[in-house]
Formats: sequence, C-alpha cells, structure tokens
Amino acid sequence: MNLQVSSSPHIRDTATSSALMRDVALALVPAVIASGIIFGLRSIVVILVSVLSCMGFEYLSRRIMKRNNTLSDWTAVITGVLLAFNLPPTIPYYMVVIGAFFAIVVVKQMFGGLGNNFVNPALTARIILSIAFPKAMTNWAFSSGPFDFMKSLTGADLVSSATKAADAVSSATPLAILKAQGSAGAPALPSYLSLFLGDKTGTIGEVCILALLIGAIYLVARKVITLWIPLTYIGTVLLLTGLAGKDPLYELLAGGLFLGAFFMATDYVTSPVTRKGRIIFGISCGVITSLIRLFGNMAEGVSYSILLLNILVPHIDRFTVPKPFGGVKKNENA
Amino acid sequence: MEAILLPLVHAFSGGVHPHGNKFTMDFPCVRLDDFSSVEILLQQHIGPPSVCVVKKGDHVLVGQLIGRADHPMTVPIHSSVSGEVTDVKFVISATGTPIEAVLIQSDGKYTVDPSLKPPVIQSKDDFLKMIRDSGLVGLGGAGFPAHIKLNPPKGKEADVLVVNAAECEPYITSDYRQICEHPDEILDGILSVLKWIDIPRAVIGVENNKPLAIEILKHEIDKRVLAQKTGIPVEVRALKTIYPQGAEKMLIYSLTGRKVPPGMLPQDVAAVVMNVSSLRVIGKYLKNGIPLVRRRLTLDGSALVSPGNVNVPIGAKIPDVIAASGGTKEEPSKIIMGGAMMGVALDRKDCGIIKMNNAILVFGSREAAVPPEAPCIHCGRCVSVCPMKLIPEGIDRAARLKDTEDLEFYHVPDCIECGCCTYACPAKRYLTQSIRNGKTLVRAERKRVADEKKLRETEIKDQTGKGAHA
Repeated sequence: MNLQVSSSPHIRDTATSSALMRDVALALVPAVIASGIIFGLRSIVVILVSVLSCMGFEYLSRRIMKRNNTLSDWTAVITGVLLAFNLPPTIPYYMVVIGAFFAIVVVKQMFGGLGNNFVNPALTARIILSIAFPKAMTNWAFSSGPFDFMKSLTGADLVSSATKAADAVSSATPLAILKAQGSAGAPALPSYLSLFLGDKTGTIGEVCILALLIGAIYLVARKVITLWIPLTYIGTVLLLTGLAGKDPLYELLAGGLFLGAFFMATDYVTSPVTRKGRIIFGISCGVITSLIRLFGNMAEGVSYSILLLNILVPHIDRFTVPKPFGGVKKNENA
Repeated sequence: MEAILLPLVHAFSGGVHPHGNKFTMDFPCVRLDDFSSVEILLQQHIGPPSVCVVKKGDHVLVGQLIGRADHPMTVPIHSSVSGEVTDVKFVISATGTPIEAVLIQSDGKYTVDPSLKPPVIQSKDDFLKMIRDSGLVGLGGAGFPAHIKLNPPKGKEADVLVVNAAECEPYITSDYRQICEHPDEILDGILSVLKWIDIPRAVIGVENNKPLAIEILKHEIDKRVLAQKTGIPVEVRALKTIYPQGAEKMLIYSLTGRKVPPGMLPQDVAAVVMNVSSLRVIGKYLKNGIPLVRRRLTLDGSALVSPGNVNVPIGAKIPDVIAASGGTKEEPSKIIMGGAMMGVALDRKDCGIIKMNNAILVFGSREAAVPPEAPCIHCGRCVSVCPMKLIPEGIDRAARLKDTEDLEFYHVPDCIECGCCTYACPAKRYLTQSIRNGKTLVRAERKRVADEKKLRETEIKDQTGKGAHA
C-alpha cells in the first residue's frame, strides 16, 4: 500500500490565485460597462481587442517557450482590460495590439511570467505607447456624448461619433485644461457630479469613478486587496495638492488617480508584501504623483509614479522586514 | 471583565481560521484493549533514549519499568501491557529515525504491577522525582521532559502556570474530551504543581469554540472553592478561536501579555506552559501511581468507518488501533500522526503510538490530495497570517536559492512551523516545507562557520606555540 507523504500542513485554504484574479476581473466589469455607456461601442471594441491580443500573446509566448498554458489564471485578461482602460477611446486598434505585445511578451513573459514581472505590464505598455504615439495617446476627441447609451445600442453613435471626432479635435482632459489654463479654464471644466459619473474626457477606464468605486468595494469586501495602498496614495495626493492650493477633490475625480490607486498600485506582483511597505509605497506614489501634477510638464502622473515605485518594491520589501514576534531587530546582516 | 478584555488586548497578529472539523467533540473516549502486541519506543521525548532493562523472554506487567532514565534529560519508559517481551530491536520511528524499541506480546489481561503505589510527596524534590517516575513528557506534541520544564534554573522561576487547553488544531478533540471527562484530575494536577513548584497562580486557556469545556472547568473550580471555603488561584479564560492559539508563544502572550523573545523559552518570561492532558496525568498518577502507559487520542479522517476518541496502550500499532476502532471504509491515502496543520504524514502504517500522539488522522484520496504549486504572486497573505511576523515568501525564495545569508536576514530560525503561510497561500506553495529546508541550511552553515573558526584558532595556537619554541 502506498501512503502519500507530504510536509505539514495537510489542509489548505480554498482560495486560489486564479480565483483571486477572477475577482479582480469581475471588479473591472462595472467600469467596462460604464465605458460602453459613456464612449459607446468603440471603447468596448478597444477593450475586446486588448483582452484578446493579450490572451493571444500569452498563449503564443508560453507555447514558443515550451511552458504550460497559463490562460486560465485570468491574469492576461486583467492585463488586457487594464491596458485598454489606460488608452483613449480613439486609439487605433493596431496600437492596442502593440501595447498588448509589450505588456505580455516583453514585460511579463520575458521576465519569467506571472509573479516575476517587476513592473506592472499594463502601465508599462501604456507608457511605451504614449512615448511612441504621443498624438494618438492624447486624442480625447471621442468623448463625450453624455450617456447616449441608447445610441450606442442602436449603433447610430458610430456615425455620430465620427462627426463628433471631427468637431472636437482640441478637446483635452479636465486635468490638462486645468494645467494649461489654471483657474482661467474653470468655465470649461465639468462639475463634480459629472466627474464622478464619468461625463468627461479621459481614458476608457478612468472616467467613471462610480463604476470604479463599485469594483473597489467588491475587491475590499472579498479581501482581495487591502486598503493600505489606495488610501495612503489618495490621501497623500489630496493633502499635497490641497496644501499647494489646488482643489484636492478635483485631483481625485478628474484624472486616473482612482483607477491607479485601486487597480494598478494594488497589483500583487508589483507592490510590497508588508503593511509598512504598502504604506510607504502608497505615500511615495502620492508624493510623486503630486510633484508631477504640480511642477511637471504633464497633467497626469499616476502611471509614472506607480511605475517608479514598482521598481523600488524589492528594496521597500527588504527595508520593511519586521522584527519577529517578541524580538528586537537584529543587526542587518553584513 | 478582564477575562473578556485581555484576549482582545493581547491578540497576536496573523493566524488563520481553518474549518474546525471537530466532528468527534461529542464522542466520549472509548478504551480499546484488543491489542495482541505493542511496540514501545525507548525514546519518546526530547533528549537521549532511555536504557532497556528487559530482555527477550521476560514477563512484564502494566506500569513496569522497561527503559531506565540515566541521562538527566531522559524520561523512563514503562510497559503498557502485561505479557512477554518478544524482541528488543531498532525500528524506524514515525519521523524516519531509527530508535530502539521493546516489542511485547500482550496476554490481554493488563495485569498492573503490584509494586506500584501512589507516591508520597513531602518536598519539591519528591515532586520532581515523582513527575519523572511517572514518565511524563509534554503531551501537547513537543515531548519535552516535564521534570526539566518544572525545574527551571535559578532566577527563572515561574510566577504563572499557563495551562494549554486551546486545542486549536482542526479535527483534534482529545484534550476537549479529557476536560469534559476528568476535570477533577486536571485540577488535582494543576493544584499539585502550584503547591510543590511554588507557582502563585495558574491560568487555563480554552478557545471559545469549546464553551462546554470552559463551563466544566469553571464549575470544577467553583466546587473546590465551595468545599475549601477559600479561593483557589486557578482561572479559566476563553480565547479567541484562531489557529495557532495553542502555540506556546502565542498562548503565553494571549494569557499573560508576555512575549517570549526569539530563541528563548517560556521560563525566560517567568512562565511555564503545560498541556491540560499532561496535568491530568499528574493528577491521576498522584491517585494510583500508575505511570503514563496509555494515551487518549482522536481518530478521524474521511477513510475511517467510525471516527472518535480512543484510549489505547502506548506502543499499540496504528493499523491495530484503526482496526479496533472499526476499520477503514476506503484505502487510506495519507495517515497523519498528530493534527492536520502540524502532524507528520507517515510513510508506513506499522508505527506504534507514542506518548505525544494526540491524534491519528486517516485521510482518503480526496482529503489527501496535495495541490500542485503555482508561481508566487507576491500577494502577501503568508506575511499577514504569520504569527511570528516573518516573511515566508522571502524565506521560500532564499531557501530555494540556498542563500543562507538571506535566510538569516529573514529570521528563518524563528519559524514555529505552524503552517499558517502554506495554509493561506493561494498559489499553494510548499512554504513550510521550504522553510524547514531553509532551517536545515542555516544550521549547517552555522556549524560550518563555527568549525572553520575553531580550526583557524587551533592553527593560530599551533603557530604561536611553534613561535615560542623557536
């Protein structure tokens, strides 16, 4: 008779990586729906193109490297959705595919696949795209038919949006208007309510704070993420921009901060494991985002600050190793 | 009020909530005697083995000494059956090490050695000798000799006896049944330890998922207070139900607020921890003088026909115990000596029950399945559940790279191997296994460094010696 031998413990929790990732994917659904309502069918097509090409690249690269198929772990889907969320709705489809290639093949699989990428794949792809195609990445002209969901359902909006695009070439995101014109741009700015509901220009996923909030509450309730990173991140930005005389609420609602803080900065692989590390990570992201927004050339700053902190995560993790229970911290090992 | 607040205030961080699976809570302990032979190991404690004093062909009685304790750390071993010694030989123990064992053919009569009498105690030394003669070791699982534990070096005397009745391991209910069935002997044991070792008070910690045990112990204390008309310094406290509440360091913290520093013992914070079953052994031995020759244990697992609590002679073979309890309904895929979180999976069935065995779990194929490992996603769950505040994820990485420097950096020797990290890991990584490997690596490296240093010192001494000659 053969008895199975294994190291204790002999029982395991039911949570699995793929179940956690499925929860993350589910949490993104409200924002996907919101983007369809706000930007019409095209944004859904962009999301689909992004997800499918991410899955395709994941499958192909694993296949070529003769490794097991990892499509069922949901991470390619999440990267696909998050990449699309970071793109303007007008983005040409081939650029989405290029972005997906960088995210999955270069950033993720070439560094060893899930768990080994040291930066967030979707964010890095977004940054690569905005450097390679600055114009296409800041073409916000597609927005903002205020909640013409019916039109998007009937398909009529495909025509109207084309005209709209021609009409509104010079549209900019609220933060960009604020940046360029200061308080003089105030009349052109949307209200808090329209910012919260998503009636504004911006990338596909960042506009509807309400939808993102629903997803974030789901993630916290399911204990997929903890609040340390998002709260310290957002808190720091509110505090610093407030101190600098900006309207902090506007900073939170107008740009990509909410999407970044809850869905990008909390990415397991590229954020610290200790509570102290997460707080340091969140505050640092907040400081860098605020500095970029206050003093930098760009109106945004979320992607760069998260990316920079991603690189520092191994160091943050090492510096925040807690002292063991009942112990005093030993001298750092020489 | 304090009883409610304290566990909240002194809640250790981390821990997990596995399903209790305490299916056998309401199963009174059944005495099983139908064993034709037993295999009694001569080392059932931490410390050197005891010396065999019987030989093949000898007739032995229940409670008769068969392993003499020569070394101060050694605990004597007694026969658990009456019958004939058939062999004395080395056998492979559950942990895989060869240990000398006495094999006895039982005559089925369980005739008790008539020379055994209740001990007479007049001093602390008498008491410690009595503890040792009883063959008592820490029954919670560690097997630390009780006479050593109760006799700390000068300056480290305990001011509190922490009684471990947490029983936080899933499945196991043997301590719980012990409390329900023999609260009087438990109290006798506690009071005698307090009296003779001169400890001012005792506090019993029970997880709050066992309210009946808490009530029974409280009732027993009240009974004595009424009978003696004075208070007794024994207190029962409900603890939050969380694994590993019964781990020594966690329990001391929950009940006293004291933290045992890494690498130190409970005596360093003036506490002594004893398992509730160990204390019952003391209480019982004081009454009848029969040493520790039987063990209560929980039998559970999906492959068993009738799970429950049984009382078996020490040395009874596991297949015999399983058969005597009702047998299996499916081919066992995994047999665990101890609990589901910290027990040892056996690679063969025919091991004898030892003193520390609190459970035998017989898993069918579904329960035994070990999930395959997936890549670490760095989610930090292992970190948040670690009661020792370690970074299992980092230790795992360092252990796989055999990086002893990093292993030390992550404090690998402080791991108590409770298994919380592995339990919680969504990627199903074998963290505890990896950490054990890491500990071995660090021990080997430390030894290598020490040896090298010694060698260098002797070389220097040799050279200076030569210099003096010249």
